[in-house]
Parts: sequence; structure tokens; C-alpha cells
Amino acid sequence: MFYLVNFYVLAALAVISAIFVITRRNPVHSVIFLIITLLSLALLYVQLQAEFLAAVQIILYIGGIMVLFLFVIMLVNLDIVTRQAPFNRQWHVAGLAALVLLAELLAVIYWGRATPTLPQAPPTALQPNTELIGITLFQNYLLPFEIASVLLLVAMIGAVLMAKRR
Amino acid sequence: MTNPFDILAPYLPDVLEPFLLPLLQIGVVFLGLSLIVAYIVYAERKILAHMQVRLGPMRVGPHGLLQPIADGLKLLLKEDIIPRGADSFIFWLAPVLSVMAAFTGFALIPFADNFIVTDVNVGLLFVVGISSLGIYGIILGGWSSNSHYPLLGALRSAAQLVSYEVALGFALVSALLLSGTLSMRGIVEAQIAHGVWFVFVQPVAFFILFVAAIAETNRNPFDLPEAESELVAGFHTEYSGFRFSLYFLGEYAAMVLVSSIAVTLFLGGWTRPFQSWAWLDSLKYMPVALFAFAAYWCVVHERRMPRAPEWRWQRLMLLGLGGGAAVLAVGFAALPPVLNAIQGVFWFLIKVCGFLYGFIWFRGTFPRYRFDQLMRLGWHYMIPVAIANTLFCGVGLVLWRSLGWNFAGSLWIGTLLTLLVALLLAGQTESPEPTLAGQGD
Repeated sequence: MFYLVNFYVLAALAVISAIFVITRRNPVHSVIFLIITLLSLALLYVQLQAEFLAAVQIILYIGGIMVLFLFVIMLVNLDIVTRQAPFNRQWHVAGLAALVLLAELLAVIYWGRATPTLPQAPPTALQPNTELIGITLFQNYLLPFEIASVLLLVAMIGAVLMAKRR
Repeated sequence: MTNPFDILAPYLPDVLEPFLLPLLQIGVVFLGLSLIVAYIVYAERKILAHMQVRLGPMRVGPHGLLQPIADGLKLLLKEDIIPRGADSFIFWLAPVLSVMAAFTGFALIPFADNFIVTDVNVGLLFVVGISSLGIYGIILGGWSSNSHYPLLGALRSAAQLVSYEVALGFALVSALLLSGTLSMRGIVEAQIAHGVWFVFVQPVAFFILFVAAIAETNRNPFDLPEAESELVAGFHTEYSGFRFSLYFLGEYAAMVLVSSIAVTLFLGGWTRPFQSWAWLDSLKYMPVALFAFAAYWCVVHERRMPRAPEWRWQRLMLLGLGGGAAVLAVGFAALPPVLNAIQGVFWFLIKVCGFLYGFIWFRGTFPRYRFDQLMRLGWHYMIPVAIANTLFCGVGLVLWRSLGWNFAGSLWIGTLLTLLVALLLAGQTESPEPTLAGQGD
């Protein structure tokens, strides 16, 4: 019961603030609502007893990436941006994409209706999940992990090179 | 050792028990922390004053002991000003975020083996993650004020915090490698099991953690976000009254939080110094000695006060304080179970106070860095040394685990290698003084 209420409150919070992210004119307000969305997702992870994932979500997305978002937004001249009309001349493409997404979602719900269980942690989940994730990443999926990190390194070096070329 | 709050458990209804007991502990931590924070401000003014051959606050209560209460009242009653053009919602939100981030982390700090609100198996990650949210208070407060100096302070703060968080993270990693767990209680227990505080085998990591902690809490010599000679008061220039006091509270609570993290990771948490040496067991009477000394100090200073009638209340208060301290000292000496129960909290707080004294001492000693110096220190020295330390800590652990070498010895080989790297880095030619064009680096 407690978990059910918890889940619905957090899910509603995530969805509503996600809507606010795209409807606010002021980009700083959008960023704050995005932070609320990410935070409620982190709390949902906690409810699923995936504590490591929740902590990493907070550290990386909220403590790292969103700070840089704010940093960049503050450097941009906001007054002009808020007075400009937001460019929404792509109604057709956007509508089509939204419809496709809606159809996908409905299909998933339709096919998955036989197992309508809410996300709930398996009773054995309270294991040291940091170790489990470490073992999974560095033993079972070592090659994909390394490829991903090399990709990130390439992106980083590329960014440095572009910034250095005055 | 059992949690003293568990005594209450049978008296509470079963449905509410898992909520009420933590709430009670949270209340105790919150109140205690607020008191500690109020008196750090007093201690800071007093210590700085004595370092500069002044007296500091002396008027409100004996030796100014009631000054924090007077300050709090003044801040509560002051007019609350919101500048025109400020984003009022974010202006309200920012100081609240700052306080919230600083206080929430304490839920996971093991103050003693019998006093910890909750122990999560990723405790350290949570504490670091939540305390990194405090930066939003600074950035949003600086931005929403709609003023130049706060915005500059906020930008400086964002850049500084993001840079030093990397070094901080690497410093934490070496403690994690040694203890093999992320649980805060587990880290202290690992130090008990090894019989050595991690500061004695990982001094470089401890040093980096300390410096990064000063930078993370915007303290001198890294207090550029609120450099008063350049930016008026930095990000909280436009704040006044109660909102300003929230920032103050958040900043000092963050200081206590980083000190608590450092104590837990490197200074053995709740354990007394040299716990494995049995002949130092009499150190457990330290609380008695401390309170007895406090009582003695109060009496001596009461004797020194003028006999004039307008000093009567001050003298009475000081005597009352001394009497209270004496009662505590006698009580601890007479009741061994109580003395044993407070050991953990006592040593933890003593170590945290040592850290806080260090923070204040640095403020009285060091001049402020220039911004490019701060960035160069962070990226060119701290982060490479931190990475090297993590690497050589791993090497030391392999020597210990696989080759069966001595624990402290193999880790010290790693530390010496790290120091070599640091020497090489320091020996590099200094990059030239910044020109106007180079300041963006």
C-alpha cells in the first residue's frame, strides 16, 4: 500500500514536471523542472532497491550534467531568448512523431496487459548491487563497456581539439 | 552496541515504529547540528579575533556566549528584501536548496556505532551526491538576483565546484579501495579491522580530500564565489534577513558535513585514537577531563570578572555553565554505562571540531587565490596527483593481497610513488603569467 502510493506520487511528479520542462518559456525554470523529473526517477530507483543506480543518477545527471546546463544557460543572453517566439514551425513532423510514440506505447501496454504488475523489487534485490554492477560491467560486458568509454574519450579529445583551434 | 533509541521501540505502535524512531533520531541530529552550526559562527569570530589580537564578541552574555542567539533573532526580525526584477520563485528556492542539501547528508553519517540514522549500502555515494546538490543553491541564488556581482559569483562557483569535485571523487576512491565497501559504517569497521586509520596509509588522498573539501565549501583560500574585495559578497549579495541566514546555515552545515565525511573515511569515525593499543584505554575518561576543564575555566574566568553589580548576571551565568559542566563530568565519572555509551559520539565530534578549527585557521592564515591560479591548482596538480594516488593505491593493494606483503608497507610504497609523481609535476616549469587573452583557459 505504502509502496503503491509512493510509486504513483513519484510517477505523477516525474510526468508533470516533464511537461513543465517543455512548456516553460524561461530555460532556467525548464532546467529546474528537469531536475525534479530526474530526482523523482532516482527515488523510483530507490524504491526498486537499485540504490547504486539512484546514487549515480543523482551524482551524474543532477550534480554534474544539469549544473553544466545551468552554467551554459546563464552565459547565454536570456532576455532575447525569452522574448523570441519559440520556433514551433515543425508541427507536422512533431505530430507524426508523437503519434508513432503513442501507438508504440499503447501497443506495449496492450501486449503487456497479461502481466500488469507494478514495478516491485524482487525480495532478493537487497544484495550489494554495487558489486553486482561492477561484475556485470567488467566481466560479462567488458568489450561493450570499453568501446563506449573509447567513444567518450574520442568525443572529449575532439572537443578539446576544436576548442584549441582558435 | 545497541542503539539507545531502541529502548523506546516496545512502547510504540507497530505500524508507526519504523517511521517514528528514525524521525526521532533525525530530530536529535537536526537540533544538535543547528546548535553546533550556531556556535561554529561564534567560535570562528572568537578564534579569528584571538589570532588578530582582538577580543571578538564580548558583550552578549559572558565572553559573548549568547551572541549566536542574538544574531539569530536579529536576522529573523530584519526586513526581507526581494530586489526588483528578481525571479521571486527561484530567489525563494535557492537558499532552501542550499540548506536542504547540507542537512540531508547527515542522515547517512555514522556518528557512533550506536547512533546512525540509516546505513545504506551505497551510503558514501549518496552523501557525495546529495552534498553536490548544494551547488544549485549558489548558482540559482546568484542567477535569480538579477544583479551582476551575484551572477559572477555563481559562475565562479559553478566552475570551481565542478573542477574540484573530480579530485574529491578520486580521493574518496582510494578509501573505498581499502575498505571494499560503500557503506559508511562498513568503512569505519574496515578501519577497525585493519587496526589503522586510513590517513596513516593514504596520507596523500587525505590531503587532497581536505583541500578539495575547502574548495567545495567555498572557504578561504578558495572563497572566490564570495570574494568581498571583488564581488561585494558574491552570490548572496542581494539576500538579506532570514534568507541570508539560511545561506549561512547551509554553508556552515556543509562544512560540518565534509568534515564528517573526512573523519569517517580517513580518521576512523567513532573510534578513539589508536584503538588497537590497549594501554591507551584510559583515554575513555577524556570526556570527564574535558568537562572538568570546562568547569575549571568557567570558575577562573568568573574570578577575573569585575565585581561591579552590572556584571552580576554575567558572573552568575558563567558560574551556572561551570556548574553544569562539573555535574556532567561527575556524572560521566560515576556512571560507567553512560560514559561507554557516549564514547563514539564524543570522539567523532572531537575529530570534526579539529577539522572545523583547521577551516577557521586557514581563513586566518592564507590569502585568497586568483581565479586562474585556482583553476591551475585544480586541474594541473590536484587531479593528476589524485589519479596517480588511486593507481598506486591499487598497486599497493595488489602487493598486499596477492604477494602477502605487509599492509601498511605496501600502501606506503604506493604513497611514495605518488609523492614522486607530485614532485615531477611540481618541478615542471610554471606556465607564464596569464595575459588577458589567456584567461579563458
